[in-house]
Amino acid sequence: MDVLTCLGIESTADNLGVGIASSDGRILANEITTHVPEEGGIHPREAARHHADVVGDTISRALATAGITSRDLDFIAFAQGPGLGPCLRTGATAARALSSYLKVPLVGVNHCVAHIEIGRLTEDAVDPLTLYVSGGNTIVTGYEAGRYRVFGETLDIAVGNCLDVFARAAELPYPGGPAVEELALKGEKLIPLPYVVKGMDLSYSGLLTAAMGELRKAEHSLEDICFSLQETAYGMLGEVTERALAHTGKGELLLTGGVGANKRLRSMISLIAEEHGAAAKFVPIRYATDNGAMIAWTGVVAYMSGVRTPVESSFIDSRWRLDEVEVPWRS
Amino acid sequence: MEELILIAKGAEADLLLDPDWNGVKALIKRRGEKRYRHPELDREIRRQRTIHEASIIHRAKGAGVPTPVIYQVDPDDATIVMEFVEGERVRDIVECLPGEERRRLFKVIGVMAGRLHRASIIHGDLTTSNIINTAEGPVFVDFGLGEVSSETEKRGVDLNLMHRMLTSTHFRHTEELFAAFEKGYRESLGEEAEEALERMEEISRRGRYIERE
Ligand SMILES: Nc1ncnc2c1ncn2[C@@H]1O[C@H](COP(=O)(O)OP(=O)(O)O)[C@@H](O)[C@H]1O
Ligand SMILES: [Mg+2]
Repeated sequence: MDVLTCLGIESTADNLGVGIASSDGRILANEITTHVPEEGGIHPREAARHHADVVGDTISRALATAGITSRDLDFIAFAQGPGLGPCLRTGATAARALSSYLKVPLVGVNHCVAHIEIGRLTEDAVDPLTLYVSGGNTIVTGYEAGRYRVFGETLDIAVGNCLDVFARAAELPYPGGPAVEELALKGEKLIPLPYVVKGMDLSYSGLLTAAMGELRKAEHSLEDICFSLQETAYGMLGEVTERALAHTGKGELLLTGGVGANKRLRSMISLIAEEHGAAAKFVPIRYATDNGAMIAWTGVVAYMSGVRTPVESSFIDSRWRLDEVEVPWRS
Repeated sequence: MEELILIAKGAEADLLLDPDWNGVKALIKRRGEKRYRHPELDREIRRQRTIHEASIIHRAKGAGVPTPVIYQVDPDDATIVMEFVEGERVRDIVECLPGEERRRLFKVIGVMAGRLHRASIIHGDLTTSNIINTAEGPVFVDFGLGEVSSETEKRGVDLNLMHRMLTSTHFRHTEELFAAFEKGYRESLGEEAEEALERMEEISRRGRYIERE
């Protein structure tokens, strides 16, 4: 069979990513442009404007990196959700335009599914339990009977969001996660903060409020607050991950999402995997943060199992849940 | 000291049988250390959960739901010593019971679930693994994920767990067992039962929970 080539567009939040993947499992390009807000957090409309400005250029760069022209593309994939509406619409519009111009099919991809699929590809994971932690998502998931089931998730804000908002309040340099991690290395005192695990689910809003309270009170060093924030936030993740691993008995534990770059979290995941006789697998950062390669690759696996997204049903769904997606390529 | 016998190893705790704890047969539930967690944080969590579980077991008993008698709680060692309940897990005997008895048992389980909810207790892990069938009827254990709440959503989650267990593990008798359970649940909880049962339906349709035990 011929090798097919897919270009994928990711634009669910502050990254505009364009990736190119081929059906023989190669990533040919993975170009990312990040919108850095002048102040505060992400402004969906500003980010969308940024994405619209750079999408053409990023596509050209991806094609050049892959050493192909747009005529070599067999289909176009795009992140259809979940994410920020305006950002998603920008990516979807570009994908529709490209697909109609080239007269090739369109494949809508679920952003969370894509995070898992790229990890399965790059880390050679067959059937992992996945912990996906980022600025927008906190999910423990694994494949079961046709879908990626959600075993545990956040009931309010994502763990990455908790760290980012805290970092901004502490006036740490952007991006917040790494800055908190570096300071935490110098902390040693554990300040009691709310550790909220409800069954298999997590809650981070109370932790954020309490950590901000500590900032204001300034009774402890910033290093100690960062340290305590990390220990608490990641301890909670460890607990639900371990419970899901014991419950499913899966042999691989995959860590992905931007927060997955954190060394303390990685060490916890390694320990948990070891204790349950599972292999810990870490998705490298360029494929773990929001990127186009994961959309392109998931487009490939979906397309190969017959998934097509006609233009009339290519509307975005900013709340598209991971466990609503049929994943026929896994059955 | 007498030999302790390990009878179960859960995600969170080890369960040990002490054949002679001050002259009685006792069950020791010990929450072991989690190496991945900061030691101080870990100690505090295990401590609190131990106190919490013991207090909910106690509260349930007050609501007329049979639970083990608590003999001793040692928060610093994250250990609860409780009555060893003689019997078999409902999970293991459902298939062997005669039809009539099976339905009667599930009706009683439903009554007890209704009593818990009426007393604002959420079990948190309401499955047939956590109910022991004794000569005097079902005894409820494992309140480690329990909560004090009368929210419909949480009641629905409790019911959904039980329903899912009946569907996945006791699939030969799902309908009749749940019908019996529902009857008992309605009897003891009254009007509020409808709301909780409806919520259970809705939760299972949301489908974010696994369909296997
Ligand atoms: N008081 C008790 N008497 C006898 N057996 C018990 C008692 N408590 C628990 N068990 C048995 O141990 C098993 C595990 O205990 P449980 O409290 O449910 O811990 P876990 O949180 O690990 O599930 C139960 O399924 C039951 O068979
Ligand atoms: Mg149990």
